[in-house]
Amino acid sequence: MIEFTSIGQMLRDTEQAGRPLWENVLLSDCERQGISREESLARMTAMLEVMVQADQSYHPGDRSASGLVGGDGGKMAAYAQAGDTLCGPFLSDVMAGALRMGECNACMKRIVAAPTAGACGVLPAVLLPYRRHFGASEEALVQALYVAAGFGMVIAERASISGAEGGCQAEIGSAAAMAAPALVHLQGGTPEQMANACAMAVKNLLGLVCDPVGGLVEVPCVKRNVIGAMDALSAAQMALAGIESRVPPDQVLDAMAEVGQSLPHTLRETGKGGLAATPFGLEYAPKEP
Amino acid sequence: MNLFDILGPVMVGPSSSHTAGAVRIGRMARSLLGQEPVRAELLLHGSFASTGEGHGTHQALIAGLLGLAPDDSRVPNSFELAKERGLEFTFGSCVLREVHPNSVLIRLEGDQGGKLEVGASSPGGGRIRVFRVDGLDTSFSGDLPTLVVHNTYQPGCVSQVTGALARRGLNVATLQLNRGGRGGSAVMVIECDQPIPPEAAREVRDLPGILRVTRYTPEEEHL
Repeated sequence: MIEFTSIGQMLRDTEQAGRPLWENVLLSDCERQGISREESLARMTAMLEVMVQADQSYHPGDRSASGLVGGDGGKMAAYAQAGDTLCGPFLSDVMAGALRMGECNACMKRIVAAPTAGACGVLPAVLLPYRRHFGASEEALVQALYVAAGFGMVIAERASISGAEGGCQAEIGSAAAMAAPALVHLQGGTPEQMANACAMAVKNLLGLVCDPVGGLVEVPCVKRNVIGAMDALSAAQMALAGIESRVPPDQVLDAMAEVGQSLPHTLRETGKGGLAATPFGLEYAPKEP
Repeated sequence: MNLFDILGPVMVGPSSSHTAGAVRIGRMARSLLGQEPVRAELLLHGSFASTGEGHGTHQALIAGLLGLAPDDSRVPNSFELAKERGLEFTFGSCVLREVHPNSVLIRLEGDQGGKLEVGASSPGGGRIRVFRVDGLDTSFSGDLPTLVVHNTYQPGCVSQVTGALARRGLNVATLQLNRGGRGGSAVMVIECDQPIPPEAAREVRDLPGILRVTRYTPEEEHL
């Protein structure tokens, strides 16, 4: 059974069990929770369905309560539609999806925290365009969500998935590190490649601070979902090319934990440092009651 | 922690602590009141007061008082819903000592004349903690089946209550007792490992010296 305390143990146990990693994650969690495989699968399928519904609930005219965000998903989709983009159709679709979901969250729409509300755009932004551009069954996407959640569990155990605890690397960084192995799964990669993709995604966003303007989940959170999605794609592609993380994955997560603890208080979701403390950011600073 | 703590919960944005947690606090307060709330005074503390507006915390708290779940799409429109259901509410701010920055004090009146004051915090990830009930300090999360017992402070109350639970095979996970003053009223909070059946709560309520009993059952709020 997977203990979700180490990526190494997750890979070893999966090899011994002789099952695909997604299925081993599913069965290990069922055993821990005392629920059936069918119950778990129904719940995970529902998560995918809510992601699809949330993406469809987007309206480019919506604005957040502060007025700081809204409409950028529409701009990106329109730019992609026009054709002559820098990043090509697939990546443009990914970027538009990340912006849409981040803005949906800021505008109080119903989303799936993955692993947090602020980082809810990363996973759907790679999975839903993947289905549109490369074709993937619902079954395969649900399996990819198990892979993502399995790696997410280990990150939560070993490092953190909370911006207040570990900075944005723990939110957008964790989301990217969950999405990267999910993409490797969809492309038919090995568990080792998934582990490397996870590690590389974390490394590339290591130290990212949580500095929300006005203390709100808006600026820079929405756009950081874009970089999280792009990080996941690049880490997955590197892993699929056979590129490995030089630092072993579990040691990368330990570094993530250590870096998170070393971040000053002002850069851990307090809205008191970084972008929040710029002259622009201070205009939105909360008034002390 | 399980897979659906990582992929999930399904919630209305933007913040698990300031929005989803706020809905759960409202639901908890409603559940503890045990009646349809008709009047509510909500005093926001710390970050709830300073950033609540941008996070939809106000709408989230009212949504919870109306019994909506954190993933209900009607959360942003809870003020209109409150009007329809006849719940009047006011918001203010307050400064509480030694509590988490994401905290609120809620004073409720129910349709059957019941009154309740609840203080609760939302420290993150949608989790909540009740730190005060009717002016008395306490601490519970609602993650376990919970019994909140208001009693007059007299000898033997605790053993009678725990005895009643034991006879029904309920295992007490935690027990806290806080009283206002010597001989005054007290609040007992008992978290159990097993679901507390309604009959057990009724039996406790009929014991001598017991003023009020509230049963809280953790619910599957999200998918």
